[in-house]
Amino acid sequence: MSAKFENRDLVVPGDVLFEGRIRTGDNTFRSNGHVSASRIGLVNYNQGMVSVISLEAGFNPLSGDLVIGEVIDIDLGRWIVDIGSSENAFLNVQDAIDAPFRSDIVMPEILDVGETIIAKIVDLDRRRTPILSILGPSLGKVKEGFIFRITPSKIPRLIGKKGSMVNMILKATGCNVVIGQNGWILIQGRNRENEMIVVKVIEKIEREAHISGLTTRVQEYLKELKEEIK
Amino acid sequence: MSKKKSKKTTKRFDGRKPDELRPLKIESGVLPHADGSAYIEMGRNKILVGVFGPREMHPKRFSKPNMATLRCRYHMAPFSVDPRRSPAPSRRDNEISMVMRYALEPAVFLERYPRSVIDVYAEILEADGGTRTACINAASVALVDAGIPVRDLVASCAAGKIDGQLVLDLGDYEDKEGDADVPLAYMPKTEHVTLLQMDGILSQDDFNGCIDMAIEGCKQIYEVQREALKKKYGLDEGEAN
Repeated sequence: MSAKFENRDLVVPGDVLFEGRIRTGDNTFRSNGHVSASRIGLVNYNQGMVSVISLEAGFNPLSGDLVIGEVIDIDLGRWIVDIGSSENAFLNVQDAIDAPFRSDIVMPEILDVGETIIAKIVDLDRRRTPILSILGPSLGKVKEGFIFRITPSKIPRLIGKKGSMVNMILKATGCNVVIGQNGWILIQGRNRENEMIVVKVIEKIEREAHISGLTTRVQEYLKELKEEIK
Repeated sequence: MSKKKSKKTTKRFDGRKPDELRPLKIESGVLPHADGSAYIEMGRNKILVGVFGPREMHPKRFSKPNMATLRCRYHMAPFSVDPRRSPAPSRRDNEISMVMRYALEPAVFLERYPRSVIDVYAEILEADGGTRTACINAASVALVDAGIPVRDLVASCAAGKIDGQLVLDLGDYEDKEGDADVPLAYMPKTEHVTLLQMDGILSQDDFNGCIDMAIEGCKQIYEVQREALKKKYGLDEGEAN
């Protein structure tokens, strides 16, 4: 019964985190009476539970997540949307126009292949395929801006506590930023310079998400970049 | 080849000791458009590995309903060897692709991603013997870099016999001129052998000696793989807070 690392140590898959009985959290697995890490990340021992805050991870869709995706195909009565997870998501007609599917609906007129949408995962079906909806405020087709992608595991750091980090970026640049939980970020700004500041800051956050004092460093970096423009 | 004369020699033709690895360098996250990637230099081998996925499998009929499929592609660039080699996949390429898959599959939690596929592309830029082991080393790092859950890193190296002497990590010359070589892949933390091949003839004792030697080599490679993964986050000497 002992911990093998200090809190917030960097661990690599296969590292034994704990010998004995303990609850296993994210990115860990049990074998031969000990708990090991399954992803690279920072170990966290907390209240009788051991978990790893992963530094690299794919998108694991959960009900309620806000995502940005691209329509890649049209089926009868639904669109197939790439959201960067291990499976493509479905967007049914009734979740797009708030009316049941009728044979006279021309689906490409509502959403065509290649268009980008901001959507919410409303459900996972019995095969764990994400079901999307674009009914709701600030959801729907994306008309302008560009998409920037980062590792989905860094999204919580980009948002910050109660949105503190992203709000700081919005205030400093005046850009509109929509963050999808799948790591797709939509950036709309008044001019190219401001948009590039956002991209540079997001890249810095992705690079340094695991090092403490991130907020102050980002603050200084933002100031630096803004002065460069002037 | 006279065995009597050669048994006295302790150094190899490239100046290494019998149980010494070739210079090894691994870097992770080198390809920005891949989900995970790694670059390895093992002696004069230069190999790039990119990992994509887990993602939707096409054609869908090849997907498995209860687990992900691991697809590996081993490919030698036309300029990787002298004389030039045809870029078309050969019988040997197909076999080594399969060998890579078999070596990596036990490490990956494939059951977490049903119906999807994980693609591992290994591109040999320069070949100097032992490319399959080098590919496995890099692919294992690239899988972790892609955020795919694994049980352990897979380290791999070969041991063999040349001029009556057991040697570790054979180069191209030793591979061709030696009596035998035994490529082996190993998961150091779980102590599982995931790949074991043999080319040539060895006595029982020599074979056991080769396995012990290769496992020791794998443990050394494992440390380099760990450092490569940690280096990406600039944490090799400090700790995260």
